[in-house]
Amino acid sequence: MSELRELYQQVILDHTKRPRNFRTIPDTANVAEGFNRLCGDRITLYIKVENDRVADIAFQGAGCAISTAAASMMTEALKGRPLAEVEPLFKRFHAMVTSPPDQEVDDADLGKLAVFAGVREFPVRVKCATLAWHTLKAALDHKSGQVTTE
Amino acid sequence: MDTMLQTCATVRGPLRRPYDVEAIRQQFPVLHQPARGRALVYLDNAATTQKPRAVIDRLQCYYLCENANIHRGVYALSQRATDCFENARRRIAHYINAPDPRQVILTRGTTESINLVASSLGRLILRPGDEILITWMEHHSNIVPWQLICQQTGAVLRVAPINDRGELPLEEFGRLLSDRTRIVSLAHLSNSLGTINPVRQIAAMAHQRGAVVVVDGAQWVAHRKTDVQDLDVDFYAFSGHKLYGPTGVGVLYGRAELLERMPPYQGGGDMISSVTFEKTTYNELPHKFEAGTPNIAGAIGLGTAVDWIEEIGLDAIAAHEEELYDHATQVLGAVPGLRLIGTAAQRASVLSFVLEHIHPHDIGTVLDSEGLAIRTGHHCCQPVMERFGVPATARVSLACYNTTAEIDALGAALGNVIRMFA
Repeated sequence: MSELRELYQQVILDHTKRPRNFRTIPDTANVAEGFNRLCGDRITLYIKVENDRVADIAFQGAGCAISTAAASMMTEALKGRPLAEVEPLFKRFHAMVTSPPDQEVDDADLGKLAVFAGVREFPVRVKCATLAWHTLKAALDHKSGQVTTE
Repeated sequence: MDTMLQTCATVRGPLRRPYDVEAIRQQFPVLHQPARGRALVYLDNAATTQKPRAVIDRLQCYYLCENANIHRGVYALSQRATDCFENARRRIAHYINAPDPRQVILTRGTTESINLVASSLGRLILRPGDEILITWMEHHSNIVPWQLICQQTGAVLRVAPINDRGELPLEEFGRLLSDRTRIVSLAHLSNSLGTINPVRQIAAMAHQRGAVVVVDGAQWVAHRKTDVQDLDVDFYAFSGHKLYGPTGVGVLYGRAELLERMPPYQGGGDMISSVTFEKTTYNELPHKFEAGTPNIAGAIGLGTAVDWIEEIGLDAIAAHEEELYDHATQVLGAVPGLRLIGTAAQRASVLSFVLEHIHPHDIGTVLDSEGLAIRTGHHCCQPVMERFGVPATARVSLACYNTTAEIDALGAALGNVIRMFA
């Protein structure tokens, strides 16, 4: 049960119930769709870049608690950041959720995103936590079509 | 060696009657281990069933004292392996009341069985514009093989709709049957909805139009009696591992005159009578469809599995499971915000559901933390999920060893899920 509370922390549940930046951005070309085949989660990610910064970022879709909270908290973490910081942050986040559970978490720079460390105990849920991030990458690369977590 | 053989002969112990679920549970070693620190409650039987000690011992026994390749050795060990393998085929044939063991082709599982019919029968009878009729509730493995053969032959795939309860309305189905319908293929029991289809009636309707009837029996065979002659179907496919048997072995029962006419599915050893570079003569049934060394131990294990079921009695298992099913329907019905997906008048074994505002994946994770194993996802039935407007469901599926106490544990755990996400 303690591992479960670690996974579904209050802050995660809060973002699940009231996702932030849950809307569209009509005037941007940086849009991508993500799809998790395993659980049917779908997300559409919108990002607006100005002067090499994340001027605005938003998402819509339907998913599990982890994927919704991960998307919501990702948008909060990235809004206003220089574009150059996005990729390194994703790398840190990915390294954290896929690291062995007994290893100490290097949560420097991760800020609130460190609450997702609990995902490490549930390997099948890693895809839920990273769906929004994979989709974000596609949106920035202007990749057309759909991203899957496969 | 003698001791070993003796062990092999006495792996099956007598079972007490009337239905003693605790005695049955004792025969399933895997059930007696903790899961996340609690007693394991295994409710994912539609995915695969656990294996009784008799089956596990039989596999071990085969490798300990009978292993040899079959149908070709002149030596005693090979003859023994061949006898065990063919004896298993006879027992499986008996289990589904096939008139002749030669009509029982051993495959890797339901998926391969359906691919075999689609490919081989399809090449034999399908012409451009011909139709194959399936239903909206089919597993992907009873959709995709037909799409593949449609692409190859120019045939057209038709899909019979289901209603809001997850039933197949027969008037609609009848309207889709035409003189161009060559093949009708459908599930006996739906893996995502629990619906039982009236297969005998459907077979009669299809035969009237001259269509061949293929049944996906993967979910049925472990729960109710199967009589392929009474159902009057042309093909019946199922897997060993959903029937308390090993993985990697399955069955395709077929009508003899069709099997005789159908071209081989795969080429190789064992399926031939003679080979020259100019001409190959195929072996007789069932070997024509069994190219290469089969899953010998698996088939023998499946033979033991059907013996084991018959010893308990399928009627007794069905009665136990029906009681459990009613109890589960009540327990789930009392969970606030729970919606059953699949409420057909005739259903069994499978209960699919969603909870308001809670994703099935989260339900599955919370239940897992309490030792309950259920399936969440689309269950390889994406068209069904779309039909009911849900991305996924949580699914509970029952077997002979489940208990009312386990269902009560499920109800309590679902209460915890709701408290967590409320």
